Amino acid sequence: MSREIPRARVGPLAATDRRADPLDVDALLDDPQTRIIVCCGSGGVGKTTTSAALALRAAERGRSVCVLTIDPARRLAQSMGIEALDNTPRPVPDVHGDGSLDAMMLDMKRTFDEVVESQASPEKAKQILENPFYIALSSSFAGTQEYMAMEKLGQLHRDAVAEGTWDLIVVDTPPSRSALDFLDAPERLSSFLDGRFIRLLLAPARGPARLMSAGMGMITNALTKILGASVLKDMQTFVAAFDTLFGGFRARAQKTFELLQTDGTAFLVVAAPEPDALREAAYFVERLSGDDMPLAGLVVNRAASAPDSTLSAEEAMAAAARLRRSGDSDLTAGLLRLHADRVRMVEREARLRARFAAAHPAVPTAVVPALATDVHDLDGLRRIGDLLAGSPDDRAASDAPRRRAR
Amino acid sequence: MSATSTSDWPEVDLHVVTGKGGTGKTTVAAALALALASTGKNVLICEVEGRQGISQLFDVPELPYEERRIAAGLAGDGGRAGNVFALHIDAESALLEYLAMYYKLGRAGRALDRFGVIDFATTIAPGVRDVLLTGKVYEAARRGRRKGSSSRQGVVYDAIVLDAPPTGRIAQFLNVNSELAGVAKVGPIKTQADTVMTLFRSPRTAVHLVTVLEEMPVQETADGIVELHKDRLPVGGVVVNLMRPRDLDSEDLAAARAGRLERDRIGKELEGAGLDVDDDLLDGLLAEAHDHAERRALEDAQRRLVADLGVPTYELPRLPGGVDLGGLYELAALLKAEGMA
Repeated sequence: MSREIPRARVGPLAATDRRADPLDVDALLDDPQTRIIVCCGSGGVGKTTTSAALALRAAERGRSVCVLTIDPARRLAQSMGIEALDNTPRPVPDVHGDGSLDAMMLDMKRTFDEVVESQASPEKAKQILENPFYIALSSSFAGTQEYMAMEKLGQLHRDAVAEGTWDLIVVDTPPSRSALDFLDAPERLSSFLDGRFIRLLLAPARGPARLMSAGMGMITNALTKILGASVLKDMQTFVAAFDTLFGGFRARAQKTFELLQTDGTAFLVVAAPEPDALREAAYFVERLSGDDMPLAGLVVNRAASAPDSTLSAEEAMAAAARLRRSGDSDLTAGLLRLHADRVRMVEREARLRARFAAAHPAVPTAVVPALATDVHDLDGLRRIGDLLAGSPDDRAASDAPRRRAR
Repeated sequence: MSATSTSDWPEVDLHVVTGKGGTGKTTVAAALALALASTGKNVLICEVEGRQGISQLFDVPELPYEERRIAAGLAGDGGRAGNVFALHIDAESALLEYLAMYYKLGRAGRALDRFGVIDFATTIAPGVRDVLLTGKVYEAARRGRRKGSSSRQGVVYDAIVLDAPPTGRIAQFLNVNSELAGVAKVGPIKTQADTVMTLFRSPRTAVHLVTVLEEMPVQETADGIVELHKDRLPVGGVVVNLMRPRDLDSEDLAAARAGRLERDRIGKELEGAGLDVDDDLLDGLLAEAHDHAERRALEDAQRRLVADLGVPTYELPRLPGGVDLGGLYELAALLKAEGMA
């Protein structure tokens, strides 16, 4: 099957005039200056798979890589040998070449506990870990996962620097409603820890004087009414025990945030060719530039594959209608309708992407076609790595991957 | 008009719609709301995740924390179409409203905001956020039962559709009770959670799960159903969304997969239909057929798994041009025809 693919076409969605530069994934992975890659995007766009595929590709191109995944699908986790959730990076077996790949799955509660244990005296740590309010906060607070992903990234980075274990860390981000949550959660937590509310809670716990203003009395009364007295008491105990740790927490969050602003960090925004996902991607791109964070590019997953012939959807549908009238060629009419369907999908995705490119022309983009199956093994990840690095479609992936020039 | 009697869910007036990210949960919730709003019924669709997906689907301005009429329902068989209203629920507004309604806090209420308590309660305090969000839904649902109540209290709804958080979080979200248990064991917020739970566990509620025919979403749907059962939450139907076209029959699909389609015959028929046939076109169509057949085979395997889940299933096609308002009505009509509404 030798079909001429026009040279200018770099992917199924690029069939429009306004298109972004292709993202040179291999150049990014090979650059020794690249120390951290953060994959972000809204839920359901394939962030985890993309992170794992990038990490494997980097390792097989010679880097020493650690990948932090958040909530991998069972089979993806199995393929990397990280079913055990022990919050520590483990070597992935059967990686080709001289590089290495360690993988881990984030255990958010364990990470939180470890920070408490490392920061507080054993006695105090015990007191905090047993507090009902802490237990709820560390296992179900909506932003804890984001915050702990940041914390873990900071830890891995410190280890990498101190021991020279890894020269590249790839981070997946939690499946938030919004991609922005990853950046916002630490700020939200630290502004809470800094806030007047904490000081208010601390006031009664801090000694017999009970220097409470009338306003504060009103507040605690109101809270007691709504939440019940025991909640307030648990909170006060927690805050009092946690008091000395706040500074440390905030300083660490701040440091990780600054780390994300350095040149060694590359953000990849992952999206699907759907209005919602691309809108989230656009928010994120704008936010990154607002926060001086280095954006490497956009990855559009699950794209429809471009059709192989130039027959338009309208022509195909008209021909199908003629066949249907003649009555005896269901199969051929069906093929034409399928073709029309695919052309329409590709056109729609091209429109959506062109819109994104028009608003964000400087964002290099990689387009990865929808795969029929989930990833079951390292070979599956390798194939995605090939596609990320620039093979124009699914079928060509089995041929030698064709490199894109920038 | 026997619209209600043909529905699979005649008892249900709170339809909770969940699904894995990317499966089209909001689209299905919107289509269901339109379908339920046929034959003169009033339906409220609630959004709790702050993403304003509903206003974008219906092409209306961003929704406030206030019920708004956003569309006419799907026209019934000769009957008068009802109305779809929408409500965007955010935890902060819900908390302030709740405080004003039950506690008459006055100055203290404003002070709460100044001290960051509102922010605390809605973003940090575990579980409180979900109690507030579900509490507001409850309030609208309760109103629905007291027919003939004064208009001061707002529209009385025949049904409510909740565009809920994703499958991975749905049981936790609806099970506000246990989420709070670690924090509030007594007190008004706990009482509120108990009341809401009673509605969620009652036959008036159904939790529908949206999926696509791929491994991971189907697996998550199965896991979600198990979790809902465990929490004694009523499982509704499974909506299979974004189905590929079914233009080829199983014989042709098998032939396409095996590369046994009759190339010459197809070429002749294409010519007969007035097309300029060359190798590119023929090869292209056959390759597309092969690709399609492979994916259909995988879809069919997942479809069997969905059928084995033991709950009613509904199927919606993938609209090649994407979902616009017209497309929503199209999907609504399909849901109605399949008996979901």
